[in-house]
Amino acid sequence: MTYLGDVFALARKDLLLELRSRDTVPAMLLFVVSTLVVFHFALPSDASATAETGLLWVALLFTALLGLVRAFVAEREERVLDGLVLAPCDRSAIWLGKVIGVVAFLVAAEVVALPAYALFFRPVGWELVAAVALADLGLAAVGTLLAAMAAAGRARELLLPVLFLPLVIPIVVGGVGASATDDPGRYLAFLGLYDAVFAILSWASFEYVVTE
Amino acid sequence: MITARRLGRDFGLKRVLRDVDFEVPHGGFLLVTGPNGSGKSTLLSLCAGLLAPTAGELAVEADRGEIGYLAHEPLVYRELTALENLDLYGRLYRVPERRERIGMLLERFGLWEARRERVASLSRGTAQRLALCRALLHDPRLLLLDEPYSGLDHAGARLLDDELDSLVGERTFVVATHAPQRVEALATAALSLA
Repeated sequence: MTYLGDVFALARKDLLLELRSRDTVPAMLLFVVSTLVVFHFALPSDASATAETGLLWVALLFTALLGLVRAFVAEREERVLDGLVLAPCDRSAIWLGKVIGVVAFLVAAEVVALPAYALFFRPVGWELVAAVALADLGLAAVGTLLAAMAAAGRARELLLPVLFLPLVIPIVVGGVGASATDDPGRYLAFLGLYDAVFAILSWASFEYVVTE
Repeated sequence: MITARRLGRDFGLKRVLRDVDFEVPHGGFLLVTGPNGSGKSTLLSLCAGLLAPTAGELAVEADRGEIGYLAHEPLVYRELTALENLDLYGRLYRVPERRERIGMLLERFGLWEARRERVASLSRGTAQRLALCRALLHDPRLLLLDEPYSGLDHAGARLLDDELDSLVGERTFVVATHAPQRVEALATAALSLA
C-alpha cells in the first residue's frame, strides 16, 4: 500500500502541475490535430486504409514524443529529481507515477485525435481504440525511462528522439496491424506482450538511470 | 559517521576533488570552506549519494531517509505551493504525523502565511526557508547543508542559527559555506578545499 501511495502521490503531483502550467497537453492537442489536418490534405482521396492508419500512428507517435520531451522538465528545474531520488521510497515509484501522468496526457490528446481522424479519414473501430490504449502503455513505459535518461544528459532534446523512435517501431507495427488487417487479435496480443516486457524492463532499470 | 580517504571526483577530464581526507563522528560538525569551484557542492553530493566517487573511498553511515540535504536549488516544484511540496516530501520520506510536523516547521520558519503560495511566486529568501523546512522535515540524523545562509535576510539567518544551535551535538552536520564566521563556533572540524 505504501508503494502505491507513493505512486499515486507522484502521479497526482504531475497532473496538478499540468493543470496549473498547461504546458504539455495543449501543445500535444494542437500538434496532433494540425498533423491530421496536414495529412488530410496531403493524402490523395483514394488512399488506402493502411496508408491512412499508418499516418494516424505517425501522428500519435510524434505527439507522444512531444509530451515525453517535457516529462521531466519540472524535475530538472530546481534539481527536484535529486530530492526525489534521496527519499527512502522505492525509486521505481517515481517512474510509475510519471508513467501514469504520461498515459493521462496521451489519453487527453487521443480523445480529440481519434474523433478528428474519424472526421478526416474513416470511422474508428474498436480494434483501433484497443490498439491505441495498449500502445499508450508501451509508449509511456519506454518513453518515461528514456526521458529520464535524456534529462540527465546535455543534448536531451536530441537524445530522446534518437533513443525513443527505434525502440517504439514495434508499437507502430502492432498498431497498424491491429487497425488495418483482418486479424487484429494477433497484433493486439503482440502489443500486450511488448507492453509487459518493456514495462518490466523499464520498472526494474529506472533506479540505475537516475543514480550513478 | 562519515569517513573519506583520498576521495576524488572527476567530471570528464576535469578533476574537481582530489585526495580529500576527513572524518566526521556522530554528532560532529564539519565546516567545509573554499573558493568557487573548489568542490564544496560536489563533496556534499558525494556524501548524499547523488554522485559516486571516481577515486578513493567514502563511507557514510546513514540511509537515504536519514539524510537531510540542502542544495543550491531548493529541490521543490515551482508550480506547487509550499504546503503541497512539503506534503509530497513528507509522504515520500514516511514522516510520522506529517501534517503536524509540516505545520510546526512552517510556523518555525515564518512560512505559515505563505503556505498556499506557489514556490514560483516566493522570494529567494522565502524559497530558501522552504528548502530548509524540506531538508529538516524528516528529522534527519545527517544534515548536509550547502550555503544554508544563501538568500536569507537577518531574521531568516537568526532562525537558522537557532535551529542549528538546537540540533548541534544531536545530529551530524556537514556545512559548506562562504561565510564560515556564522557557524565556526559550532564546528568540531574544518576542511578547506583548494
